[in-house]
Amino acid sequence: MARYYTKEHEWLDVTGDVATVGITDHAQEQLGDVVFVELPSVGTTVAKGAEVAVVESVKAASDIYAPASGEVVEANAALEENPAGVNEDAEGGAWFFKLQLSDKGELDGLMDADAYAAFLETIA
Amino acid sequence: MPDPKTTPLDALHRELGARMVDFAGWAMPVQYPTGILKEHVWTRTQASLFDVSHMGQIRMPGADAAAAIESLLPADIQALKPGRARYTQLTTEDGGIIDDLIVTAADDGLFIVVNAGGRDADLAHLRAHLPGREIELMADRALLALQGPAAVTVLARLAPEVAELRFMSSIELRASGLDLRISRLGYTGEDGFEISVEAGHAVKLARTLLAAEEVQPAGLGARDSLRLEAGLCLYGHDIDRTTSPIEADLAWTVQKRRRAEGGFPGAERILAELRDGPSRRLVGIRPEGRAPAREGAPVLDGSGQAIGKVTSGGFGPTVDGPVAMGYVASAAAAPGTPIQLEVRGKALPARVEALPFVPHRYHR
Repeated sequence: MARYYTKEHEWLDVTGDVATVGITDHAQEQLGDVVFVELPSVGTTVAKGAEVAVVESVKAASDIYAPASGEVVEANAALEENPAGVNEDAEGGAWFFKLQLSDKGELDGLMDADAYAAFLETIA
Repeated sequence: MPDPKTTPLDALHRELGARMVDFAGWAMPVQYPTGILKEHVWTRTQASLFDVSHMGQIRMPGADAAAAIESLLPADIQALKPGRARYTQLTTEDGGIIDDLIVTAADDGLFIVVNAGGRDADLAHLRAHLPGREIELMADRALLALQGPAAVTVLARLAPEVAELRFMSSIELRASGLDLRISRLGYTGEDGFEISVEAGHAVKLARTLLAAEEVQPAGLGARDSLRLEAGLCLYGHDIDRTTSPIEADLAWTVQKRRRAEGGFPGAERILAELRDGPSRRLVGIRPEGRAPAREGAPVLDGSGQAIGKVTSGGFGPTVDGPVAMGYVASAAAAPGTPIQLEVRGKALPARVEALPFVPHRYHR
């Protein structure tokens, strides 16, 4: 399994052709207290960069963009019951959805953990 | 963009780990490390200290100041006994709202607090319409708000007199070597105080209050969710130059004598709306699901027809669900009326609900 990061502060764990997607710890910290998560329906086909989910803090709503193209094969329904879970375990149990990747080549432009840490330094 | 202005508590906010944002040209704390939810809940259960020094404090001396300012707003200011305060609005000639403000009858005239975003324009407006009158921006004063059920206990340790103060009352006193004006009011729906203090002593006072175990700092984020649950209008969002006080459900701020006599800007529209009812009203809105509806979301009736807009919306931590305020056609303004909110292209069920969402707990 390989973990990738995006400049939109998402992470992807890729096993075979399936990517589990969530937001990074940095992202949840910037958002503040998460109070609502809207997840895509299973079976939805998304193009890389399309709005696929919504996460709302007390302050504001933020879009989550598909980090790669594919079909949504699972959504983490536990987040709808407990949106605050995103603040507690953003890079673990609080994943958003799983994507059946249609083009693994799209992963090439993404960052690994070290590159993402360096990226965070540049925007600090 | 010029650098934002800073309040006398700026260094303290940074020391406390606040996340600072630009608000109306001021660098202000939006939250501290504990976060908005916890700050909100703490305010409703204990007491929170808010820096509201960005608001404009204005002194208008003179025994006839009350009569003079009544030419610019629809409240009965002359009826205020010394030390009493009223919430009111500066109105436009066509009945819109220039700003909302608190006017207090001081021993030597009026003490006025206006919004940060309006202070320069309000001052210019007052000076243009009340020529020859002394109108002073008290730039050397900071303003702290101590809000929450424990506020009175904490503040009475410094100034025992405040325990006797009623809601919307104000006193000047000397405590801990500081000259303070303490007013029992605020914008959270809770009991609490606003404390005007010399800028040079603001940090000392803030640290003294924060040293109490009942007190935590809170930022603009919690201030916004608290006032929304309390059904209190935010200028530039729920009220502006296009909305009248009557549409904004502020008829209670236009007292009997002013209704009878008129003589304020926009009296024609405001008195007509009092008589006939306005065509739209600001109401509380409860979405039925968990999704918040934000400012700007269209309000639809049961058949999908647009009947208004959300003007403030978000998550209410005490309500533990989404809450909003917005304008709807008067026919749909009764509490309980089913409506829909358009959020990201979907119509979400909601209903009109009486304000406030969380009962006020003022010390009357």
